[in-house]
Amino acid sequence: MIRFDYVRANSVAEAVTALSSPGTRALAGGTNLVDLMKYDVMKPRRVVDINRLPLKDISERESGGLRIGALVTNTALAWDARVAKRYPLLASAILAGASPQLRNAATTGGNLLQRTRCYYFYDTSTPCNKREPGSGCSAIGGLNRIHAILGASNSCIAVHPSDMCVALAALDAEVEVVGPQGVRTIPFPEFHRLPGDDPQQDNTMQADELITAVILPPANFGRNHTYLKVRDRLSYAFALVSVAAALEMRDGIVRDARVALGGVAHKPWRDNEAEDLLNGERPDETTFRAFAERLMRDAKGQGHNDFKIELARRTILRALMQAAAGTPQNQSDKVIR
Amino acid sequence: METANIHHIGNPTNRVDGRLKVTGAARYAAEHEASGLLHGVIVSATVAAGRVVSLETERALSVPGVVEIFTHENRGSGAWLDRNWKDEVAPPGHPFRPLHSDRILFAGQPIALVVAETLEAARDAASLVTAAYEVEQHCTELEVKRSEAYEPPEKRSGIPPPPEPRGKPEDAFERARHRIAADYRIRAEHHNPMELFATTCVYEGKDKLTIYEKTQGSQNSQGYVASVFGLKTKNVRVINHYVGGAFGSALRPQQQLFFAVMASLELKRSVRVVLTRSQMFYIGYRPETRHAISMAADNEGRLTSIIHGAVAATSHYEDYQESIVNWSGMMYHCDNVKLSYGLAKLNTATPCDMRAPGAAVGVTAFECAVDELAHEAGIDPLEFRKRNFATLDENMGKQFTSKALSACYHQGAARIGWERRSAEPGAVRDGHELVGLGMATGMWEAFLMKASAEAKLTPDGRLQVSTAASDIGTGTWTILAQIGADALGLPVEDVTPMIGDSSLPASPVEGGSWTAASNGSAVLAACEAIKQTLFKHARKMANSPLTAASFDEVVFLSGRIALRTDPDRGLSLPEVMHASDLDEIRGSGKAAPKLLQMRKYVSYTHSAVFTEVRVDRDIGIVRIPKIVCAVAAGKIINPKTARSQILGGVVMGIGMALHEEAMTDHRLGKIMNHNLAEYHVPAHADIADIEVIFVDEQDEKVSPLGVKGLGEIGIVGTAAAVANAIFSATGKRVRDFPITLDKIIR
Ligand SMILES: Cc1cc2nc3c(=O)[nH]c(=O)nc-3n(C[C@H](O)[C@H](O)[C@H](O)COP(=O)(O)OP(=O)(O)OC[C@H]3O[C@@H](n4cnc5c(N)ncnc54)[C@H](O)[C@@H]3O)c2cc1C
Ligand code: SF4
Repeated sequence: MIRFDYVRANSVAEAVTALSSPGTRALAGGTNLVDLMKYDVMKPRRVVDINRLPLKDISERESGGLRIGALVTNTALAWDARVAKRYPLLASAILAGASPQLRNAATTGGNLLQRTRCYYFYDTSTPCNKREPGSGCSAIGGLNRIHAILGASNSCIAVHPSDMCVALAALDAEVEVVGPQGVRTIPFPEFHRLPGDDPQQDNTMQADELITAVILPPANFGRNHTYLKVRDRLSYAFALVSVAAALEMRDGIVRDARVALGGVAHKPWRDNEAEDLLNGERPDETTFRAFAERLMRDAKGQGHNDFKIELARRTILRALMQAAAGTPQNQSDKVIR
Repeated sequence: METANIHHIGNPTNRVDGRLKVTGAARYAAEHEASGLLHGVIVSATVAAGRVVSLETERALSVPGVVEIFTHENRGSGAWLDRNWKDEVAPPGHPFRPLHSDRILFAGQPIALVVAETLEAARDAASLVTAAYEVEQHCTELEVKRSEAYEPPEKRSGIPPPPEPRGKPEDAFERARHRIAADYRIRAEHHNPMELFATTCVYEGKDKLTIYEKTQGSQNSQGYVASVFGLKTKNVRVINHYVGGAFGSALRPQQQLFFAVMASLELKRSVRVVLTRSQMFYIGYRPETRHAISMAADNEGRLTSIIHGAVAATSHYEDYQESIVNWSGMMYHCDNVKLSYGLAKLNTATPCDMRAPGAAVGVTAFECAVDELAHEAGIDPLEFRKRNFATLDENMGKQFTSKALSACYHQGAARIGWERRSAEPGAVRDGHELVGLGMATGMWEAFLMKASAEAKLTPDGRLQVSTAASDIGTGTWTILAQIGADALGLPVEDVTPMIGDSSLPASPVEGGSWTAASNGSAVLAACEAIKQTLFKHARKMANSPLTAASFDEVVFLSGRIALRTDPDRGLSLPEVMHASDLDEIRGSGKAAPKLLQMRKYVSYTHSAVFTEVRVDRDIGIVRIPKIVCAVAAGKIINPKTARSQILGGVVMGIGMALHEEAMTDHRLGKIMNHNLAEYHVPAHADIADIEVIFVDEQDEKVSPLGVKGLGEIGIVGTAAAVANAIFSATGKRVRDFPITLDKIIR
């Protein structure tokens, strides 16, 4: 662990100013940043504590939908009555992640920016392009059971570990950020990025930007949704594969399908073209299988994680069946119905 | 005084140290303070084999607050001879000497100790130490070295080598009607007790130390420190009042003890060293094992051949050994048996005992193979085991002092509802889940070790019992109080146990499930001595109602010594002491193995584990809604803490079955999941209903208390019972532990 300066921001403007000096990182719940600092993986010269900023509200938007402040905790968000009623998919995904203690501390903004759980990324004695650009990727040809099957590159095969973000991807959320140039809104698919040749870059934010909110557009899928997470133990483990599915149904026909996958790529994975295969179709096993097949068309295993391709197909199928039946997965019930 | 009439032994009793623990008043090794305490942080090697060519410490030394950085070039001098480094539990070989030379034998090996005025400065500086290595070829993969396995030339004390083969196992196998041959693999596991390894070494003046240590044996650590650093034993006091779990990992002195003491002696200051969670992955561990098992049975399902060969990992410097295959020759009756056990050297730290060392893996593989053979023979696996019941230890040709295993089978089967089990695997479905039932037998040796104790009674009617035992969460504090209370007929609150201190009467390390029997019996003997003294004085008192009685004719009840036939006639203990002008009565007692009896008898704890599992048929997720563990362990002193021991063992067995595994990148020779986020142990959600049954078992031979010990038996057989239930549910036989879902859907 290195020595660092600590400052506390009292306004968004102060925080943005603080972030503009190189080597500065925002500290929200600290559940990821502090761990990584202890492991010497992240070595900010300065930490700016943003916990006093007025970003802790969930508010209605005029155009419908909700605006979630960046400092709303994962717990507060999951148990908010409006979220539970209108975005149960989001609540469910959050509750599938981490532990109650962690969710109490973790924030909306921090969850978006949590870093991969790739073993090598966490161990400074091993090469890792994400941690040390140009040093190589140890996971390729190494231990890669938990790594990507979609969208990986020769530089990095890490996955984004968040559950919440998978739901946000399915919900077509947007991320509001503030920087020296002012406010901008980033559509969710453009927020996280694929590793390409610069895996050190997890997302499309600039170092001097601050997340202020996540914006949720109105959603119309009633009970036809689910968040299905498959992991190595029944709780408190990151997803091997997870599926956030939401189906807008009318007259027994899928009108608008949104399916996002977690645990499979460097970002929550969505494939709009594949989703079109579902729209206008009856929600039956054949359709869902074809969809799963299509989603996995370009999937590539790395050895240890080869099983994830078939696992993803099966999980997608089950999730879509749950969503179609209007029987979302209950996160405290460990039986997958 | 009412409560004193209760028999404390056998009565569910709250932990006497419970309140201290839940209020945080119980101090663990890293929580003791000393004036001017320095903090040491260990720097670990990042390569698995080679030499340290240079260590760059300049930058680290310039961190404000850094006092010293010890490396192999400037470490304090320790003893020269191997034997000075051998602790009580050391296996054959050359014990590891931290910073001894520039040689790297395993990744994670300590290469420097940074000592600073604050923990923060020490950590910061430690991250600035860099090493250049001359890297040599390493191997951490058992599969690669399996073919080079060797029989350890020198045997580890206390670990019986496999027995000589009996009968003609190969011929019998060839001729048999039913047979199976299978390869099992159980991956390396790490103990991961909650408490980090820590030593606070208090410098009391020249060559005199008080050491707060995470250890399962204060006197083992004391002896190690005295002999490695050439100190007088009486000047080294090791205290381990409370230990936050250990599971065997603290049987041997670990790195942090050496470092804290070395730095303390060199700097003449008090020093604390705490290992990080990651560093705890590079001390002892349960070695990976490979098992080749073939077995055969005749038409009636009687075993005709058992061949079990196991290969286990060890380090390059010690031949760590455990008893892995011997169980396979004694669990069932069979005339043709061949067992073998070999070691393969890897670039890792020396493995060490982990809960039920040997049995936890050997019995797992063997009991799965038994299930395979029962299935092959078309016989219910419980029935199969009953048909092959062993009434003798056929390895040694000795009798069991007791073996209430049939009762375990019977009661366990009833509680799980064994009759529901379908003979055809994969046949029972409930929604998306496949339902299966599985079972296994468990076995662990009941040891009685040499131990001593003292007891002291004061005229206020309070009793103190002391022995240098350790309580690693098992409940030793409490049972010693119960034993003392029953011996003298006192309420348990009036008994003060004293343990966890090397200055107390001699005790072995706390391991092998022998503490209750050994230290308990020593305490009982010490109390007996007090009773004799009390009786002598009571008889001599004027108008004593006991004048004509012999010792056998009196009882100690409700704080009194009285006539057995007429308990109203007696004297209170304080009365006797006052009348005899005694400030205190002391007694001492010993326990020791009964060598004569051991020529004819062996003692084992037995169990039968039954599990129900549910497996998602597409996704492979395993749930275990119910486990029944029926145990025959002689007398149960405290059913409450005893049950906790079994629960913990069963949970660890579930971990072995489904979760626990050290993931090593063999290219780097490094464990990569060295934290509790990625090294999976069962979470609460993985544990549902665990029912513990203690069947009635009277055993006067096993120990003076009739106690057999419970620390390990809970894990033995559990992983096999889970795996066998997964087979019953799915028809899939996974022979590679842990059984993660990818192996099921594959
Ligand atoms: C043992 C363990 C298990 C876990 N299991 C799961 C799981 O199963 N599923 C899951 O989804 N997650 C899991 N998590 C991760 C957890 O969800 C994240 O750690 C958490 O969401 C991060 O939020 P935080 O507020 O604590 O972020 P911090 O640690 O404070 O910050 C994380 C990063 O975001 C930056 N940051 C934070 N807020 C802002 C902002 N407003 N603007 C700009 N930058 C910002 C920080 O600088 C830092 O780089 C687990 C974590 C642990 C430790
Ligand atoms: S997968 Fe990415 S994070 Fe992991 S080692 Fe490779 S580059 Fe680093």
